[in-house]
Amino acid sequence: MTGPQAPAAGRETSRKPRAPGRGVPLALLVPALLGLAFLLVPLLALLLRAPWRDLPGQLTSPAVWEALRLSLFCATTATALSMVVGVPLAWLLARTEFPGRGLVRALVTLPLVLPPVVGGVALLLALGRNGVVGQWLDAWFGVTLPFTTTGVVLAETFVAMPFLVISVEGTLRAADPRYEEAATTLGASRFTAFRRVTLPLIAPGIAAGAVLAWARALGEFGATITFAGNFPGRTQTMPLAVYLALQNDPAAAIALSLVLLAVSIAVLAGLRDRWMRTA
Amino acid sequence: MTRFPRRTRRTRRIAGAGAAAAVLALSACSSSGSESSSSPEASGQDLTGTVTVFAAASLKESFTTLGERFEKEHPGTRVTFNFGGSDSLAAGINNGAPADVFAAASAKTMKLVTDEGHAAGSPGTFVRNRLEIATVPGNPHGIDALEDLTASGLKVVLCDRTVPCGAAARTALEAGGVSLTPASYEQDVKSALTKVQLKEADAAVVYRTDVKAAGDKVEGVEFPEAAEAVNDYPIARLENAPNPSAAKAFVALVKSAEGQKVLGEAGFLEP
Amino acid sequence: MPKKPEHLSDPAGAPAATAAQGLDARLVVDREAFRLDIALRAAPGEVVALLGPNGAGKTTALRALAGLAPLTAGHLRLDGADLRRTPPESRPVGVVFQDYLLFPHLTALDNVAFGPRCRGAGKAEARAQAAEWLDRMGLAEHAGARPRRLSGGQAQRVAVARALATHPRLLLLDEPLAALDARTRLEVRAQLRRHLAAFEAVAVLVTHDPLDAMVLADRLVVVEGGRIVQEGSPSDIARHPRTEYIAQLVGLNLYRGQAEGHTVRLAAGPAVSTTEDLSGPVFVAFPPGAVTLYRERPTGTSARNLWHCEVAGLETHGDQIRVELTGELALAADLTTVAAAELDLHPGAPVWAAVKAAQTHAYPA
Repeated sequence: MTGPQAPAAGRETSRKPRAPGRGVPLALLVPALLGLAFLLVPLLALLLRAPWRDLPGQLTSPAVWEALRLSLFCATTATALSMVVGVPLAWLLARTEFPGRGLVRALVTLPLVLPPVVGGVALLLALGRNGVVGQWLDAWFGVTLPFTTTGVVLAETFVAMPFLVISVEGTLRAADPRYEEAATTLGASRFTAFRRVTLPLIAPGIAAGAVLAWARALGEFGATITFAGNFPGRTQTMPLAVYLALQNDPAAAIALSLVLLAVSIAVLAGLRDRWMRTA
Repeated sequence: MTRFPRRTRRTRRIAGAGAAAAVLALSACSSSGSESSSSPEASGQDLTGTVTVFAAASLKESFTTLGERFEKEHPGTRVTFNFGGSDSLAAGINNGAPADVFAAASAKTMKLVTDEGHAAGSPGTFVRNRLEIATVPGNPHGIDALEDLTASGLKVVLCDRTVPCGAAARTALEAGGVSLTPASYEQDVKSALTKVQLKEADAAVVYRTDVKAAGDKVEGVEFPEAAEAVNDYPIARLENAPNPSAAKAFVALVKSAEGQKVLGEAGFLEP
Repeated sequence: MPKKPEHLSDPAGAPAATAAQGLDARLVVDREAFRLDIALRAAPGEVVALLGPNGAGKTTALRALAGLAPLTAGHLRLDGADLRRTPPESRPVGVVFQDYLLFPHLTALDNVAFGPRCRGAGKAEARAQAAEWLDRMGLAEHAGARPRRLSGGQAQRVAVARALATHPRLLLLDEPLAALDARTRLEVRAQLRRHLAAFEAVAVLVTHDPLDAMVLADRLVVVEGGRIVQEGSPSDIARHPRTEYIAQLVGLNLYRGQAEGHTVRLAAGPAVSTTEDLSGPVFVAFPPGAVTLYRERPTGTSARNLWHCEVAGLETHGDQIRVELTGELALAADLTTVAAAELDLHPGAPVWAAVKAAQTHAYPA
């Protein structure tokens, strides 16, 4: 008997002896491989057609790093904001009963199906200078949100928060509420029980939701360009920079795309373990 | 043990065949769309099918009117438009987007298409356009000249430099010696105009035709430096046009007296 | 509400209008299936067991005492303080749950320290107290372990320590030994008995296992269908059961009837001769081991209680055979395997069952 070996990745045959008839059914394998190819081929095309020789020159351009810095800052801030308001919202949906809860849940997930540009327009109508809420912000505090980095963060939070809320709500539902009961019998108030017992127990769910939200926020384009506009260093995130560069300088666009790809892979691979453990 | 490697290879071949079949099916679907009859060198009465026109955003209102006229003169035809920033339209054409006619807002953006050899014949200028400042009705900030745009606290939007409107604005600003930092660089002139219409921006540098098209939603302020940055609008039939005869007819309409009248009413300058 | 650490002998912080100490409760809770209505009184140091079949309402009563379920009516006083409107986190009540519910993300030490920390102790102080409790439980070397690495018996002891660390005036235990295997149960039951004996406040324990109740409790309260059907000391209840359920639990044949002197006419029909001299409604009980079975009607026996029955079923019971009989009187008899074989017993076989009057026990209903 051969010693235990790590199963080979991808499409190589495993070296572990298998019982007859226990392989992957063809009806599952073919679509799975097709799906994998569909996802990987465009990424490979990007790598193959990249102007590798021009790349160093492109990458030294300050515009690239400015857009990247802005993208990372805004995506991270948007994720943090989503966690601060999203986790309590998820708790409200999962652990309390109130009339219209189903409707509220549907509304919370609405940004998921809304085209991002529509989201951007809605944000303008709400928080713009003339917006329902925005006009008061402008009149009382002199605060305008469109065309600012804050506007970018808000646009990204709008599209990314539902991912976090859904993930955390699911985890909360699966978590045993009796631990909180046990905590109250020991003297913990409802909030203390949430903070010291529930929160640590749902931390993996929060992490998974945060990763999803971060990735979504990083890639947001439509809502950002509609609500926050496009200004290098202030509101020109990577997706905007790529889109604008594509029209007249495809090489620059590809360089930007590769940078974004590299950063995303680094972050997602780093958090992969925690993500996998919750799933 | 030899069964497993063989099975994997067979699986790969099936997968490959499946993928190839899918690709073939998809390409077959896309090419069947342009099956419109193209009678060669036909007179106006024989034209049918769809004409796809890619046009600069500033041509929206006038070209839509011309499209309706075209459909009335040639029953059986349909004119579909794709309006947007000339640079992004040019990129689309170069990447293989199916189109019959391209009308750009600057010679530079048209050159992007002709350089790739995608234009049939040489393009001709059919109108010119002038810049104008669009501001909120009532002009509360009292904008009179290009310089007033630099007032602090004022939110001004420009078109992005890569868009003809933005390039022209840049030229005009340089001519006037004005250094302006806008709140945003928009992708096309209509986006810039919309920001003013929504009162999100206090002012935008757009075309005269856009100010006119917006009616009383914005107020226009002319400025002398605009004369330094007048844009020539070229129009051209495209090489791989699915409907070349109808494309030719549409270009003819645009250049005809009737077409020029419509464009002139919109605020365009004669070529 | 200020939360100060409480000591074992201090009463709960509340103006004591009465000098009453211990538990004084009338628990009325409306559930879908039934209404729970029981009165519980216990003095400090007493261990009361709530015993009853599943669905009787015992856990509901426990949750009501803890504050996890609202009372529909009734009252709840602990050491003179009215706790009915107090939220569970403010009640001086500790709970040991059936599956312990130790917080999985905290070590055993932090689990036990959780209560003191919530009640105001600093981190180091709480941990010191927790270490002391774990030491008392004999778990000092497991203080740093996560709950999933503890054995069933160890987890149970940590759960008890965690509940005791808050110095509660009422300790509630929900089926404390149910999650353990038979072998561990023996040992843990003995340890729990010692801890409960040393506990100076009221302890209420819910169980369906009569052995747990007998060993751990000073007083049994039997609950069926939301009502108390019998309460008393374990030996009292074992000898004088008042319901079928308890009789089965303690392993007795139980009947109701009308007594006239030494004869009791059972509601089921036949008469039973007893040694007691009673009149009026009575219970009659005798153990299965007191029943003798004959194939033919015996002539020389001195037993005046003789019934003609039919075998309904046979099953092993420890090292004996338990025979279920129907017929003139339904009863259970225990026989050795040899005896059962000699009598050639099988379902449907006719037999005669005899019980000596001296082995029956009659008591007023």
